[in-house]
Amino acid sequence: MPSETDLTALLITLKLAAVTTSILLLFGTPLAWWLARTRWRFRFLLEAVVALPLVLPPTVLGFYLLVALGPHGPIGGLLEALGGQAIAFTFTGLVIGSVFYSLPFVIQPLQNAFSAIDERTLEAASTLRATPLDRFFSIVLPLARPGIITAATLGFAHTLGEFGVVLMIGGNIPGETQVLSIAIYDHVESLQYAQAHWLSAALLLFSFLVLFLVYRMNQRHRGQQAG
Amino acid sequence: MNKGIHFRFSLPLEGFNLAAKGEIPGQGVTALFGRSGSGKSSLLRCIAGLAQPVQAYLQFNGTVWHDSERGLFVPPQQRGIGYVFQEGVLFPHLSVRDNLLFGFNRTPKTEQIESLQRVVELLGLNALLKRYPVQLSGGEKQRVAIGRALLNNPRLLLMDEPMASLDRAHKKEIIPYLECLHRSISIPIIYVTHDPEELVRIADHLILIEAGRLTAQGALAEMMARVDLPIARDYDAGAIISARIIEHDEDFHLTRVEFSGGELTIAAVDQPVGSAIRIRIHAKDVSLALDAPGPTSILNILPAKVTEMQAHGRGRMVIRLDVGGVPVLARITQKSQHRLGLVPGSKVYAQIKSVALLA
Repeated sequence: MPSETDLTALLITLKLAAVTTSILLLFGTPLAWWLARTRWRFRFLLEAVVALPLVLPPTVLGFYLLVALGPHGPIGGLLEALGGQAIAFTFTGLVIGSVFYSLPFVIQPLQNAFSAIDERTLEAASTLRATPLDRFFSIVLPLARPGIITAATLGFAHTLGEFGVVLMIGGNIPGETQVLSIAIYDHVESLQYAQAHWLSAALLLFSFLVLFLVYRMNQRHRGQQAG
Repeated sequence: MNKGIHFRFSLPLEGFNLAAKGEIPGQGVTALFGRSGSGKSSLLRCIAGLAQPVQAYLQFNGTVWHDSERGLFVPPQQRGIGYVFQEGVLFPHLSVRDNLLFGFNRTPKTEQIESLQRVVELLGLNALLKRYPVQLSGGEKQRVAIGRALLNNPRLLLMDEPMASLDRAHKKEIIPYLECLHRSISIPIIYVTHDPEELVRIADHLILIEAGRLTAQGALAEMMARVDLPIARDYDAGAIISARIIEHDEDFHLTRVEFSGGELTIAAVDQPVGSAIRIRIHAKDVSLALDAPGPTSILNILPAKVTEMQAHGRGRMVIRLDVGGVPVLARITQKSQHRLGLVPGSKVYAQIKSVALLA
């Protein structure tokens, strides 16, 4: 049976994935929209930065974040000077690390979904008295729905499986920053295979369930548009 | 005051500049006619506010919509226009009904003059209301797009080659709706096309556009009877004549009509005696003779006077005739002109091989 710390690790993992995905959707949507529509000639620069976490070893990303967010880093130091506390080795630190780590998994599906929307569809809406904000909610979001669902799923699932960044920046504080993937690693290290099985199976089942629901939803959505 | 549309646009396009300045009447259908890539669609987009010209001045019925010098620009959503795109551009996630009502629901209550029921009836959309755009044929999509534009309660209707993507059968399906539309709404319509057939069926007023410049404009019948315009060179060139039905010949399946230049026998028209009709005589169907011809299979031979001649190259030319005050075009070879010694003022007989009914 999973121990209490294991359950806490599970809860922290789910909370981390949920918070990270929400933040990414909230801030990623305008960024992805801008990337999909802008004619700025240096757009590729930003796209490359967004894609970096895809190729970078998570430990590298984690190392730089640790340096930046730690008490002697530029951001952590600033926070400390302002009377706050450094955010390395806290849940907030985990969230910041995860947001960077899962950035491309949310931005890219969103950007693709937005790019696929025909400019003329929006022009048609503008001749039909729809303001830019109205167009975004009544045309863009419904048409990009499958892309948004994919982005949310990938962001969530990718954060669930996070290991390297968390290890670097969050450490392994049970009840605070210990997530599922690290708990499993700990169990295996100390040869507690039964515990590792429990947690692994739980993660496997949960991940499959989420993907199953999402793909079914997307198929229904296509079905509705096709009639 | 200042009825109609006054515009001046400058917009760089691929290969040339759109540099258009002109006026469009505040009523009836004005066709913007020109080849593909002549800038006619860009001009329409400038009028809608969808394109961003470098320099612009646009005024509609006394209201300034665009004045680049004063930095004034009214965005499309505030212009109260109807715009019909080439391929319909319906919203794929909305049913036909919701597509139709998109603009209507955003129109201020006081400006909602059109009704869903009337538009559905006018365009025959009743059976389609619950469907989604993917379930519609090209012609059906275009009818919905027109209905959606009308239900936006527009003050100006802009149509960008609404039939360009349709095959012949679907064009035939749409044209009667457009003619009906023309009769049932009072707002001005600007209609972009490169198809002479559509032009003569739908337009009242014609603006010719070539490489981004407006080359000529005027009333349709007047423009179609000019020999100096590029349209006179077209295979389909020909004058438009208003006539009245005077008699039906059931035995031979023919109808006699009269106009100020005389009488014509045409293929039977299914309309009562006394009805006004518009007919078209293609320049290629008119040949000329100096003397009244003897027995011939051609039914329609009218005395005429040459008023203008224009060579169009490759040994061909177009002659403008005065038939009882009505202009008629004839296309002949330069050799024939030379042999008959035709000059402006020559008296001839116009032999008209066929007459097309317009509406």
